[in-house]
Amino acid sequence: MLSLIRAILLLFVFSFLVVPVKSQMVAEENKLCIECHISQSFTIHNDWTRMDETRLMNPFYILDTVRFVNGVHGAFQCIDCHSYEYETYPHNGELKLEPLMTCIDCHGGDDTYASYQFDKVEEEFEKSIHHELLGDQFTCSKCHDQHYYTPTARTSSNVKEIVEYSNNMCLSCHDNMIKYQLVSDKEKPQLVQIHDWLPNQELHFNRVRCIECHTVVQDSLMVSHNILPKEKATKNCVECHSSNSVLQASLYKYQNLRLRSGNAENDSVSSSEVYSGSFQFLSMNNIFSNQYYVIGASRIPLLNTIFVLIFGFTVAGIVTHAIFRFLKK
Amino acid sequence: MNALCIIILIVTGLSMHYSTSILFKFESAVAVHNISGVVLTIFYFVFFVGNLITENGKFYQIKTKGLKNRIQKQIKYYVSGMFKGETSPYPVTANRKFNPLQKYSYIGVMYILVPLVIITGFALLFPETIIEEVYQVSGVMLTAIFHSIVGFFIMIFLFVHLYVASIGKSPVSNYKSMVTGWHS
Repeated sequence: MLSLIRAILLLFVFSFLVVPVKSQMVAEENKLCIECHISQSFTIHNDWTRMDETRLMNPFYILDTVRFVNGVHGAFQCIDCHSYEYETYPHNGELKLEPLMTCIDCHGGDDTYASYQFDKVEEEFEKSIHHELLGDQFTCSKCHDQHYYTPTARTSSNVKEIVEYSNNMCLSCHDNMIKYQLVSDKEKPQLVQIHDWLPNQELHFNRVRCIECHTVVQDSLMVSHNILPKEKATKNCVECHSSNSVLQASLYKYQNLRLRSGNAENDSVSSSEVYSGSFQFLSMNNIFSNQYYVIGASRIPLLNTIFVLIFGFTVAGIVTHAIFRFLKK
Repeated sequence: MNALCIIILIVTGLSMHYSTSILFKFESAVAVHNISGVVLTIFYFVFFVGNLITENGKFYQIKTKGLKNRIQKQIKYYVSGMFKGETSPYPVTANRKFNPLQKYSYIGVMYILVPLVIITGFALLFPETIIEEVYQVSGVMLTAIFHSIVGFFIMIFLFVHLYVASIGKSPVSNYKSMVTGWHS
């Protein structure tokens, strides 16, 4: 009997273990590529010396397969995006210069992912300082690594996770000279010093995204892509710290949507849902179902009414008492 | 000084709550609120320790026997007695600094509301110390709401306190006592 229970328990535990492992398999067709591109080194036959030589792999060509299979393109074959000529080894050196596909090459006018509004994203991006300074050289992949990309803002119900994912995108260049120098010959930005004016800097960095202040909030898009020049970034605290906080239409709309839909797996969100989600945000029936706190933006209408009533009665009591005192004098 | 800090905290607190810039800009309101909060905490600590080690503490001791009667008597005096020319049932003497109503409202404010507002205030100053969420509601948000409710009642107390203080030998005599500490 005991062994039967044990077996059932084991089966139960395994049922959880097996499913995710199965969904995290690298596509069969990619195995040959992956074999080398997860290694720190590779072996090549040198025609000059006529010897097999083992060399170090360029670290930027080493793939994190776990992140890859968990990303949105995890089921793709390598040659869906890279040239089929990569199937021959050693690879032709000139292939390095092949122009890689951008998001719009596949997703432009894409009905399957219409809710992502790729064309609108491109339109917004073209107004941004990134595009203004660098033009087409600034591709989507500068921020969105196609190998590992996950639509965290849509799938996560945890605001902190969304913030971290989003800010790491910005920091991958703005706090990393290796990537920053690809697009700029300026010195490394001193982020902490530049943001010295911001009270509680660390808290802001951990709790809100860079794009909260550095983009124009575009309510119809999930993520605003019009990154502003630094001079135009908002420095007005009250834009967020008020009951009409812009965060309702940006950062907190994701969590609100996820909680309202009650299903973190469901990632298809229409723009009408985005609107209603952000506007219903502070209504009474919603207030306690949201993990949302910003100084000044958390006014609860009922509590305010109670405050005003108590305050009114107190003042009325004092005035009445004072009038009686005056009359009886 | 205590009163000054409390007034500053009320004004800046309201300013932040309503995100208005009538008196303070938002960022200055935050800074001033934080500084006065810390200063007030230090004064509160002095008050608390002072009451433990000096004789002043005896004025804050709770005596439950006949408490209801004593408080009712004092309320009756404020509501009707004083208008009929009656004298205060508990006049201030060297042994009785506060009348019963005064005493228990002070105990309520100084030993319940002020410590609560200080604790929640410091928690908000260091939000990483607050429980992340309670039944899917942000711990910081609950703390903040609690902080504003307690702050609001302290404000109400201050109003009533300042008004009741005008009931004395002359309307201004008690205000003089508040500043000098001596009752004439």
